[in-house]
Amino acid sequence: MAFVVSIVLLVIISIALQLFTPWWLQPIASNWSGIDATIDITMWVTGFVFVAVNLFLAYCVYRYRYDKNRRANYEPENKKLEVWLTGFTAIGVAALLTPGLFVWASFVNVPEDAVKVEVVGQQWQWAFRYPGADGVLGTADTAYVSPRNPLGVNPNDPFGQDDLVVEDKEMHLLMNQNVQLLLRSKDVLHDYTVAPFRVKMDMVPGSVSYMWLEPTLAGSYDILCEEHCGLGHFIMRGTVFVDEQADYDAWIAAQTTFAETQAVAEGNAQAGQANYAICSACHGVNGEGNLALNAPKLAGQEDWYLRQQIRYYKSGVRGTHPDDVYGAQMAPMAATLVNDAVINNVIAYIGTLPDNAAPETVTGDLANGADLYNSTCGTCHGDDGSGIWSLHAPALAGMTDWYLVRQLQNFKSGVRGAHPQDQQGYQMTAMVSALEGDEAINDVVAYINTLR
Amino acid sequence: MSYIPIADQTDEMHDPHTFIAKYVWSQDHKVIAIQYGTVAVAVGLVALVLSALMRLQLGFPDSFAFIDPAEYYQYVTMHGMIMVVYLLTALFLGGFGNYLIPLQIGARDMVFPFLNMLSFWFYLVSVIILMASFFIPGGPTGAGWTLYPPQAITAGTPGADGGIMLMLASLAVFIIAFTMGGLNYVTTVLQARTHGMTLMRMPLSVWGIFVATILGLFAFPALFVSAVMMTFDNMLGTSFFMPAMVSLGETLDHTGGGPVLFQHLFWFFGHPEVYIVALPAFGLVSDVLSCHARKNIFGYRMMVWAIVAIGGLSFIVWAHHMYVSGMNPYFGFFFAFTTLIIAVPTAIKVYNWVLTLWEGNIRLTVPMLFACGFIFTFVHGGLTGIFLGNVTVDLPLSDTYFVIAHFHMVMGVSPVMVLFAALYHWFPKMSGKMFNVTLGKIHFWATFFGTYAIYLPMHYLGFLGVPRRYYSMGTTDFIPESANTLNANITMAAIWVAVFQLVFIFNMIWSVWRGKKSDPNPWEATTLEWQTPDNPPCHGNWGAELPTVYRWAYEYSVPGVVDDFVPQNIPAKDVKTVDGSPYIGHED
Repeated sequence: MAFVVSIVLLVIISIALQLFTPWWLQPIASNWSGIDATIDITMWVTGFVFVAVNLFLAYCVYRYRYDKNRRANYEPENKKLEVWLTGFTAIGVAALLTPGLFVWASFVNVPEDAVKVEVVGQQWQWAFRYPGADGVLGTADTAYVSPRNPLGVNPNDPFGQDDLVVEDKEMHLLMNQNVQLLLRSKDVLHDYTVAPFRVKMDMVPGSVSYMWLEPTLAGSYDILCEEHCGLGHFIMRGTVFVDEQADYDAWIAAQTTFAETQAVAEGNAQAGQANYAICSACHGVNGEGNLALNAPKLAGQEDWYLRQQIRYYKSGVRGTHPDDVYGAQMAPMAATLVNDAVINNVIAYIGTLPDNAAPETVTGDLANGADLYNSTCGTCHGDDGSGIWSLHAPALAGMTDWYLVRQLQNFKSGVRGAHPQDQQGYQMTAMVSALEGDEAINDVVAYINTLR
Repeated sequence: MSYIPIADQTDEMHDPHTFIAKYVWSQDHKVIAIQYGTVAVAVGLVALVLSALMRLQLGFPDSFAFIDPAEYYQYVTMHGMIMVVYLLTALFLGGFGNYLIPLQIGARDMVFPFLNMLSFWFYLVSVIILMASFFIPGGPTGAGWTLYPPQAITAGTPGADGGIMLMLASLAVFIIAFTMGGLNYVTTVLQARTHGMTLMRMPLSVWGIFVATILGLFAFPALFVSAVMMTFDNMLGTSFFMPAMVSLGETLDHTGGGPVLFQHLFWFFGHPEVYIVALPAFGLVSDVLSCHARKNIFGYRMMVWAIVAIGGLSFIVWAHHMYVSGMNPYFGFFFAFTTLIIAVPTAIKVYNWVLTLWEGNIRLTVPMLFACGFIFTFVHGGLTGIFLGNVTVDLPLSDTYFVIAHFHMVMGVSPVMVLFAALYHWFPKMSGKMFNVTLGKIHFWATFFGTYAIYLPMHYLGFLGVPRRYYSMGTTDFIPESANTLNANITMAAIWVAVFQLVFIFNMIWSVWRGKKSDPNPWEATTLEWQTPDNPPCHGNWGAELPTVYRWAYEYSVPGVVDDFVPQNIPAKDVKTVDGSPYIGHED
């Protein structure tokens, strides 16, 4: 009896959960409502079968419970019943399959007017490429990948010169315009998923996969990677904005073309020396850092990282959090570097400064620090702490250790990394959760001190 | 059947005389079965602990700093692979296959006892290799149980230096072990059936195990070659699966390989693997249901053909795991079609199980509770498969918690319900003792409710769009606080289920040691294993003379017969009827 009641109860709970669930498909933001319709049909048909079979099961267990004075019925087969059930099931299955195949057919066939946009995946970041004025994407290959050309756009392809290279976790799509996303990966498998769009597709290194949609609801949506891509799979995040025409045009106009990214002149160290004077007041003449003034060491840090951080200070991505006291000091200083050329010059000058390891001020449990570093930090920052440009992971070894401690604390408390445009900030806030308490932070930084 | 070439020859008996020959280097299928079963359950407990750790992280993402992302991915991977291959496959085929095939077809042993012994020891070696990966620098692989390259062997994945190599080596050894066992099972079923045991008189347990073994013999080689090819890619620098790529800023030497090729090979193994686990479960549960419902299995012939049909179809549906893999999307039409065809024979099996209960005389024993619980969980898991098999619906749901919930219901909970049904059902035969019924019922209720509490709500996280294989969700703009609460509750349910498995372990150990002596045929079953002269059966199973089979395995509640069951090996003339008239049984 308990079993019968349980089955009935579980059936009721299942139905109730389906009817009153607070967790359901998000409001759809694309043309793929056919998918939702197919889910609804499937839910109704399978729901009916679920209820019918299980209530019948409960009924049998109740009605035919053991009675020593009764005999079970002896009926080896019932051909007629079996044929009926088979036919009925086959029809039901066909009814479920057919509408789905029609939707699939339209998914597979891309409309001719669809605009092509490229999505590039890599461990553990998104990047995007839009065709320029010519409307055609240039060719690309991993063989061309370099710090100056992170997407591997073919520099010899005339169609690629005006492509808009968006090395940013945010992309924009135009509302009510068919778009074909061409999906490419530089390293391992990834998967481009925006849940309100309903459709998703893996990105396979060595080939280009695709999917298409028509965004129908303005707003911003998370881009998640949904194919396991290694340690940082869960922090590979992006955002897609579905824009009205004016917003979209404005965003497109603000992007840089591939040709522009290639034309930026190398920094001039000599010219940068003069601009560095203002930096040297705090960071030291040799960029060695100054604990008393809360200025970290700059010499030996990777140029792309310095460039990115100066830009963040200038644009308010960094240094604007109310509790970021030292960041607030840096922001107006960064503003004195008026344009990209000046920034590049200063960074080129910093590159000429002698890279001597900063003095050690932090101590901790080295064994624990090594464990933490190797399992959590080393994959991106390198086993030797020298940083990896393609992951946007700066050098740690030999840098000012007190500064590392403070930044880890900032990531933990949200003082740093919470700004939506901070590319890797989110990743750091997620990874520092593996460091519990100040001791773990000291341990890991003490270990980094041994890597110099 | 007049030709019994091996089983009848008494010089093939190899009676063991020393303790070691009897219990360690044993060639007796029953001992090997228990060895397989014990190792499988032990390694399964490891996987259970891993799942509990993984759930702790998911339910309480900020509370367990000792679980870092690398470890989380290692737990996920090892949990999946252990459960699918080293527990379920090994326990159904190595355990129940070994135990039941000779006993249910009336043979003295497997036809190749020495090979059978080797099979177990290779299996043990594969388990040891797999466990060793926990103790090497870098730890076990965290590539996910699907081991997709390039990620599985590149630096951004935990265990990419040593763990993955041990995983591939362990799989290769496991497949060797399986092949030795599998050839044995197939040959034994075909060659060593006793007098009168035609194929269409075999219990469905044997049918399920037999067809599953054939599937395994065809499917595992695909995994074997992919393991070898990936090893070559990693150690010799070949590029079977490795395209040109920039891994963590470094351009690798590989070029031109196809990551999707691996997925095809993997799922050409992986989908039949689902049925390598499911078909023995279908068979075993059919026998348990029929016996405890005191009624013949409904539509035996249809059940046999459904097993064969499902087995055949399982080889042409594999790419339904790859709808969004970036393969040519036109494949979706074909594989959605074949996949949904499988729903038909599968549905027939479900109908026939409940129709077996219809007009039965149901004894709700502990094994029967698990068997009926299986019907419920399998119906649920099977129906959600229709969502994912339908290529369009798979688009939003693949790689979300819906997938996790689906395959745990259909391939985790359901086969495990059958395993428990079968373990309780055959425990009196294997040990000669009866288990504690109260503990058995506690185990059932805790497991049945607990697992449904884990997986039913998980489907809805999938609808919401929560992705699988995420160490933590962090901040998103679509996951409400209630979903995090739900995740925490799912974890509580998972811990609850895990803890209650200790009741089962305790019950088994205690009952072997202190349990009441069992009748030789406590469930009043018809099949041959319950008719052995000794309980538990001795070496050679049948004493001086092999049994002769006169009818099918489901002669329950025949009208006019005194007992409500007629064993397969009782001649018609010895069957007592109420009015003394001659007994006419089932015609096959």
